[in-house]
Amino acid sequence: MNITFLLNGTRTTVRSETGTETLLDYLREDAGLCGTKEGCNEGDCGACSVIVTEHGRAPKALNACILFLPQLHGKAVRTVEGLADPDGTLHPMQQAMVDHHGSQCGFCTPGFVTTMACAHLNGDRDADTVLAGNLCRCTGYAPIKRAFDAAIDAEIPAHMKDHPHLPKVAGTDDIFCPTDGDQLAAWYLDHPDATLIAGGTDVGLWVTKQLRDLAPVAFLDHVEDLKDIEDRGLHWRFGAMASISDMLRVVRDEYPSLATLLERYGSAQVRNAATLGGNIANGSPIGDSPPALIALGASIVLRKGDVRRKMMLEDFFVDYGKQDRAPGEFLETIKLPMGQTAFRVYKLSKRFDQDISAVCGAFNVVMEDGIVTDARIAFGGMAGIPKRATQTEKRLVGKPLTDPALTDAMAAMEQDFTPLSDMRAGADYRMKAAQNMLLRYAHDLNGAKIDVRQVAP
Amino acid sequence: MTQPTPNPTRARSEHPDTQPVNTAAAQSAPPAKPLPHDAAREHVTGAARYVDDTPTPAGTLHLAFGLATIAAGKIASMDVDPVRNAPGVRAVLTAQDLPAANDVSPSAHDEPLLSDGAVHYHGQPLFLVVADSHLAARKAARLANIDYHEHTPILTVDQALAADSRFEDGPRIYQKGSISDGLSQAPHTLSGSINVGGQEHFYLEGQAALALPGEAGDVTVLSSTQHPTEIQHKVAEALGVPFHMVTVQTRRMGGGFGGKESQGNALAVACAVAAARTGRPCKMRYDRDDDFIITGKRHDCRIDYTVGFDDQGCVSAVDFTHLFRCGWAQDLSLPVADRAMLHADNAYDLPHVRITSHRLKTNTASATAFRGFGGPQGMVGIERVMDHVAHHLGLDPAKVRQRNYYPPAAHASGGSISGKMKTGITPYGMPVTDFVLDRMTDRLLHTSDYESRRAAVADWNDANTVIKKGIAFSPVKFGISFTLTHLNQAGALVQIYADGSVLINHGGTEMGQGLFQKVAQVAAATLGVDQRMIRPSATDTSKVPNTSATAASSGSDLNGMAVQVACATLRDRIAQIVGSTQGVPASSVRFADGRVLADGVDLTFAEAAALAYTNRVSLSATGFYKTPDIAWDRIAGHGRPFYYFAYGCSVSEVAVDTLTGEYNILRTDILHDCGNSLNPALDVGQIEGGCVQGIGWLTTEELVWDDQGRLRTHAPSTYKIPAMSDRPDVFEVALWDEPNPVNTVHRSKAVGEPPFMHGISTFLAVSHACAACGPNYPDLQAPATFEEVFHAIGRARG
Repeated sequence: MNITFLLNGTRTTVRSETGTETLLDYLREDAGLCGTKEGCNEGDCGACSVIVTEHGRAPKALNACILFLPQLHGKAVRTVEGLADPDGTLHPMQQAMVDHHGSQCGFCTPGFVTTMACAHLNGDRDADTVLAGNLCRCTGYAPIKRAFDAAIDAEIPAHMKDHPHLPKVAGTDDIFCPTDGDQLAAWYLDHPDATLIAGGTDVGLWVTKQLRDLAPVAFLDHVEDLKDIEDRGLHWRFGAMASISDMLRVVRDEYPSLATLLERYGSAQVRNAATLGGNIANGSPIGDSPPALIALGASIVLRKGDVRRKMMLEDFFVDYGKQDRAPGEFLETIKLPMGQTAFRVYKLSKRFDQDISAVCGAFNVVMEDGIVTDARIAFGGMAGIPKRATQTEKRLVGKPLTDPALTDAMAAMEQDFTPLSDMRAGADYRMKAAQNMLLRYAHDLNGAKIDVRQVAP
Repeated sequence: MTQPTPNPTRARSEHPDTQPVNTAAAQSAPPAKPLPHDAAREHVTGAARYVDDTPTPAGTLHLAFGLATIAAGKIASMDVDPVRNAPGVRAVLTAQDLPAANDVSPSAHDEPLLSDGAVHYHGQPLFLVVADSHLAARKAARLANIDYHEHTPILTVDQALAADSRFEDGPRIYQKGSISDGLSQAPHTLSGSINVGGQEHFYLEGQAALALPGEAGDVTVLSSTQHPTEIQHKVAEALGVPFHMVTVQTRRMGGGFGGKESQGNALAVACAVAAARTGRPCKMRYDRDDDFIITGKRHDCRIDYTVGFDDQGCVSAVDFTHLFRCGWAQDLSLPVADRAMLHADNAYDLPHVRITSHRLKTNTASATAFRGFGGPQGMVGIERVMDHVAHHLGLDPAKVRQRNYYPPAAHASGGSISGKMKTGITPYGMPVTDFVLDRMTDRLLHTSDYESRRAAVADWNDANTVIKKGIAFSPVKFGISFTLTHLNQAGALVQIYADGSVLINHGGTEMGQGLFQKVAQVAAATLGVDQRMIRPSATDTSKVPNTSATAASSGSDLNGMAVQVACATLRDRIAQIVGSTQGVPASSVRFADGRVLADGVDLTFAEAAALAYTNRVSLSATGFYKTPDIAWDRIAGHGRPFYYFAYGCSVSEVAVDTLTGEYNILRTDILHDCGNSLNPALDVGQIEGGCVQGIGWLTTEELVWDDQGRLRTHAPSTYKIPAMSDRPDVFEVALWDEPNPVNTVHRSKAVGEPPFMHGISTFLAVSHACAACGPNYPDLQAPATFEEVFHAIGRARG
């Protein structure tokens, strides 16, 4: 198909043959724009960060290495070469990086300044969160933080605003890009073996690392009705294509603990691409949102053609690599209840930011007069699927959240789970950390400070 | 609190190593300006070109290796027809197809480019794919049908010891005094052991090379390498041509850290061989996963120790055993393990010491150079001992460290202890005459408010059960010079054009450390011109021959001096011609602020250059420098391997969650010795960056191999270097502002490696927090992953 987008302000049309050509390869090999670097080719280092702008949404930083060309149709891409003013004046973030010695080897620098320029466009002031997805091996980050803080209040250069200039584009032909859910449902019924590509943060690696041919594919990027997030008063209804970034914005006030988790979900670049539906539908045992959503009592709607069925989220995960999803059926919406005041979720990984969970524990009890009357506790990383700790829950109901019930419930966790050892954590550590998360939860509900990142020197 | 009073004049006149300052340095103003990196603007605009960004001629082919999928054995059969028949493939090369040497080793000729039939590690290159695109080559490389006769691999140091699988005929042993006397007479002894993990370099730019075939068999290679001369040699040997047929150029690397000292050889040789065979330009870059799997990393090791000490924590004897896992080929393992031994004392005057070092050969990727080159491992060993001793005695570890320090340098005493000053001698027989850590420590403990914070940490730990805090101090004394003495030389070529613009070239490579900028500042200072008149150019074996790797922190020391010498030569020539044409004594001609001045003479530098040109004066000059006064016998373990020591110290504080072992670095304060800094901004950059890299090594960066010898952490998804928020929340860096007592370029000190070891204070602070959880020594192992910290807390509790 022909893909039309704005590239550093210039309307550009490229031909995609397979649908899985990446933006990074296009920039470096065809467009001659070698400022954008390949550091890892899997979305983990940020050296390939670009700014993508689309109708009706704030500009976002994305990893070009796992961004497929059809995902750009009708949008605008700004690379490091498009940050400076056409008259040669450096962008304020570029100038600050020079002034504060923010580059050493310079290889990560284009990705950094691009992500920084995007944060600058959006007024995002928290460097640690915005830049968690950009790795630097030389500077120790200190000068980059100084540069970021120095330039964040500078005026936005006019040329950085791509919204008014987005190209008007026609529909598509051979690579399927549906524009609403009905179209997708009909096509997928006819192509049940197709790969659905939402954000592509996981599927991207099938292409760049496993070197797989994915045809046939459908890109869901333009299915606007699946991106809706509806506030229904007592719950939200998330379209499966809502991005993690969008979800984070919506849940922040209601569920600060969930927001803290989501801020550690990948990086800004990954959250901007990744979708809630994708995080559930790929069935990973270590996806970050499912344990939290299960503990919150989320339910989902699956759609096949015009037939829809609803289930509790925990019932979707059958076994490792196996979900309760028929061929041609796709995840359409997620219903997430509000008002669960005792909900908390804890993520344990080797590194705080941009890492995959070794264990993710989500807790949600209902207390009446100091007694637990209901409990929903779910874990990621403890089994082949995101899974409720049913025995643990049972030991808590009818008891206060103190010893001996806590110790008893922690012991019961060994009946709920038999975790594995792998490169992320040993089985024994997974179990003990999961048990201790319950202890932490009790401290947390009592108002104790339990976040080691909130401790002051 | 002792406040240092820098006194360069006295330092120079009283120090025994002092040499007269040469004319060039004496005449020129110090270059110490905090100027940005020479390519900062190119970095931030994306205009800086790395190997893979270089526009290639039409018809350029792309390469990928096919890799072994077992750790040890022999190839029974290898069918590469499916590879050859894959789309876009132009050729497939195996060992039999190579024209001359099949070797990419930097040392012992034991590292074939392509397997000769034996498989030594999982990920070893077996064949080479030459294809129309990078992607086509990668896809095809997975299609070979290979059968192996598998052997049981040797993967751990214990397995290697049991099998006596090692480099060299036995362990190296360096010693001083009598270890048996020292231990037997000590009031207390302790034994322990610490595993120290390896480290992937994770240079952001992966390994890359591009070979452009020329004429008559010559070739030009662009390589992302710290060692263009070695690339030149290996390529020439592989092609069977003299060195002069091969030109290697390196404009910059996207990070090196030692990982591009020898590990780029394979790609450059592969490109050159494929270019010679096809007659077309050939380019190769490793995909990140391949880079992790194929290339060497920092040596992991185990250090066993027995220490004897008194009630005050004064150490009388230490017996170390270093077990270094070197991987399958020798590479640089011998000097790496040597340097670990040479830093087993760190800052401490140990009366009786023995270091026994085993260099073990295993079926894993060949471990290689990494910032510090074994020094950090050796230093972790002795810092662990000091920590253990202090814990055993219930003393403040900072005080125990100070009690064991080498005696201070003579000039620092103010001369009051006339003639009685004792000189410390290292375990390898080198007097420590420049020790300043006594005063640096006093200052840092004061500025970091160490004592009251240590008390506050104790109060916190009394009041909190879930989150514990820890605080720790650690010093660094790092020896500067290549231990292979002949490497301590450098050459430069400086050219002044008739418009007064200056092009400098030297053997040093730019990997982000700011070497080109520092050397350009030295040139500008020597010629008395503005920085903008000086242009550094790509390192090029056809301009300066027989160079050493940019390694061992030596880049500025060696190349700065060589460029200074060349610039001085040119300046003197210009002074001569200005003097003779203007009728003034040449010795009265001064170079400052871009002007050439004498009595009645005021020329711009450009006018002076033009004057020299029209008077037929040569305006290009070479410069050469070799480090004086060093001599080293690595077998005997005796001599003066280092020209001087660079010093530093740090204090770090952490908070640890005892429920999961998670922790956060709250604050790090560093005081670091760069001598007279050539560029304080770049030096601070090396210190901050080195410290965080060292923190990564000892905290989150865990390399995991499975029992088949496969590396399981082969991408940033599973191998976690520090991210933005992992830097210390409060991060204070200060420079110790005293000149180097020995005659280095502008009396500066090397800064590349020493700050890496400031990461050790973070590790020790975590250990301190673990120790607050119970009565026992937590026996923290490195890296201190959250999981390891969780276990250490368990050990502390008992």
